[in-house]
Amino acid sequence: MEPPAPRVRVVLGDVARGRIDPARTRAELEEQSPVGEALARGLVRAQLAVAIRLAAVVAVALGGLPLLFAAAPAVGRAQLFGVSVPWLLLGVAAYPFLFVVGYGYVRLAERNEQEFVALVEDRSHQQS
Amino acid sequence: MSDYALPAVIAVTLVTVAIGIYGLRFARTTSDFLVASRMVSPTWNAAAISGEYLSAASFLGVAGLVLKHGVDVLWYPVGFAAGYLALLLFVAAPLRRSGAFTLPDFCEVRLRSKRLRKLATAFVMFIGWLYLVPQLQGAGLTLQTVTGAPYALGALLVGVVVTLNVALGGMRSITFVQAFQYWLKLTALAVPVIFLLMQWQSAGRPALTAPEGPTFPVATTVTVDHATRLTVTTQTLVIAHGRLDGSTVDGAVLLTVGEHVADAGTALEFQAAAVVPKVAAVSDESPTDWLLPGDHSQGLFATYSLILATFLGTMGLPHVLVRFYTNADGAAARRTTLVVLGLVGVFYLTPTLYGVLGRVYTPQLLMTGNTDAVVLLLPSAALGGGLTGQLLSALVAAGAFAAFLSASSGLLTSVAGVLSTDVLGHGSVRDFRRSALVAGIVPLLLALFVASLDVSQVVGLAFAVAASSFCPLLVLGIWWRGLTAVGAAAGIVAGGGAAASAVLLTVLGGPLPGWAGVLTTQPAAWSVPLAFLVMISVSLLTRHRLPKNLGAIMLRLHAPDALRM
Repeated sequence: MEPPAPRVRVVLGDVARGRIDPARTRAELEEQSPVGEALARGLVRAQLAVAIRLAAVVAVALGGLPLLFAAAPAVGRAQLFGVSVPWLLLGVAAYPFLFVVGYGYVRLAERNEQEFVALVEDRSHQQS
Repeated sequence: MSDYALPAVIAVTLVTVAIGIYGLRFARTTSDFLVASRMVSPTWNAAAISGEYLSAASFLGVAGLVLKHGVDVLWYPVGFAAGYLALLLFVAAPLRRSGAFTLPDFCEVRLRSKRLRKLATAFVMFIGWLYLVPQLQGAGLTLQTVTGAPYALGALLVGVVVTLNVALGGMRSITFVQAFQYWLKLTALAVPVIFLLMQWQSAGRPALTAPEGPTFPVATTVTVDHATRLTVTTQTLVIAHGRLDGSTVDGAVLLTVGEHVADAGTALEFQAAAVVPKVAAVSDESPTDWLLPGDHSQGLFATYSLILATFLGTMGLPHVLVRFYTNADGAAARRTTLVVLGLVGVFYLTPTLYGVLGRVYTPQLLMTGNTDAVVLLLPSAALGGGLTGQLLSALVAAGAFAAFLSASSGLLTSVAGVLSTDVLGHGSVRDFRRSALVAGIVPLLLALFVASLDVSQVVGLAFAVAASSFCPLLVLGIWWRGLTAVGAAAGIVAGGGAAASAVLLTVLGGPLPGWAGVLTTQPAAWSVPLAFLVMISVSLLTRHRLPKNLGAIMLRLHAPDALRM
């Protein structure tokens, strides 16, 4: 199966200046020209930043619990709806929390990628 | 035990074998795997990954640990789920884009080193075997509980079935079967737990943590398998047969407050409402220790070590990684992982309830130490021997077998896969079959020797090794240009090697006393940072040996799928 061609936004002005060649920007990325290299590094850095930020959220929120229970035993003894709070946090609340963080990550990571694609296409426009 | 349990277990096994034989006809090579991937949606793929992932440790082990140790061990299931978040954040999409099918493949793609590939192969085998052992333990335990057959026979029988099944080509790439296994396991725990909760509710919510400790709900006969030291806190009248405190007994005995020793094979018949004597070798936690957080025996270090091992270990498990290949592209890999996170999260809501209700209905397990059996025994203990209790027992036993069969088939396939391509041959079907036999025999032998360790603990050790070897390799390999093959190898040898030695010490020699014991039974807190540190510093020292075409490799890992790099 042939991979579908990348989506390209065609504006009348572009058509006047000649056809857009996304393959060219791709080639630039592949050949590791200074510009392509900088673009790629920027993407990796942006994705890593998102991942680290969300990992930090989990590290603080979940990873902080044992310390919290140790430092403030009252929290460990607290009850909500007749159930001990640590049991609720670790037995139930942790799972939806992890899922929400994961969902947020997928959204942010995909947005980064869309921005990267838009950037690459923009450059194609300018060069054409 | 239920009359329906054995037929249910046999049915699950036969269906698995039958599908294995059916699977012989197609899907034998990695490219078939690829072709299949085009038709698999992230949702199906995620159910399949979850089906393979939820093993005996999740199905039996978590509830057993909760029964014994209470709230502190909830970090096991939380970590087992959170591992998928770490996988999602740092690994999922780039790994899929790398096109690597196994961890050794990733080493070659990213660092172009054959030697590193061999090293990774060795660790895949070690982790795979270590993870297989508790699956066989679980099988032995389940058969023992269901039929009364000796533990060794169960482990042996089922180990042989799975090995032959995998060797013949079964269970491979059949996504819908694995996906079905997930739903079977979820149903097998979730349906009985509704009945159990209703029973508990209608019985007037018996206390989970009476101040004097758990009590027997009905008259119960406890037979101890090996010499057991009991601590009696309330004077208790029992009918004893066997040897108690060094003298032969046969009839009513008044157990005074204090310590008593029951020899192996002694049967103690307790009356209803009698307080369960404490057995320090099983759990020395008081009812408040059980209820409240804070691991009083091992402290914060052990808790954080467990968190690190489980959060970071999942990404390094061989059978998890292979399945990522069936995603269409990087974005699909991300969505699949997210759905997995949701599916395993839903599953892990139930084992906790079994562990908690086990305090009320099966407290004798706290005396025998056979706590891993709580999931299997709870339905009949709480609901009685009526039809409902029997059917639910059978359902749980079938689910346990599904857990065991799917996880061990996946693991064995991965281990046999790397064994056949990198060690014993060149990846032909004959090589694969030979490798499957070798791969199956090793954990079988191990399972017969380490029967005394908890299912979840052994799995925790496998996670610790994975977190100390493959986690740094994947994370640094994907995000850091400076990683060299030499650095990666040094880090794996230092961190993974240290964790593996600690594991071997624990598994073969039994836990050490004192701090040495804490450091070796929960090594991740020191072995994971060690692996990262060595990997980074040796890479910096060997900077001149960076792989060529680094930019192109990084681009391949990270460029959005839409660009089709």
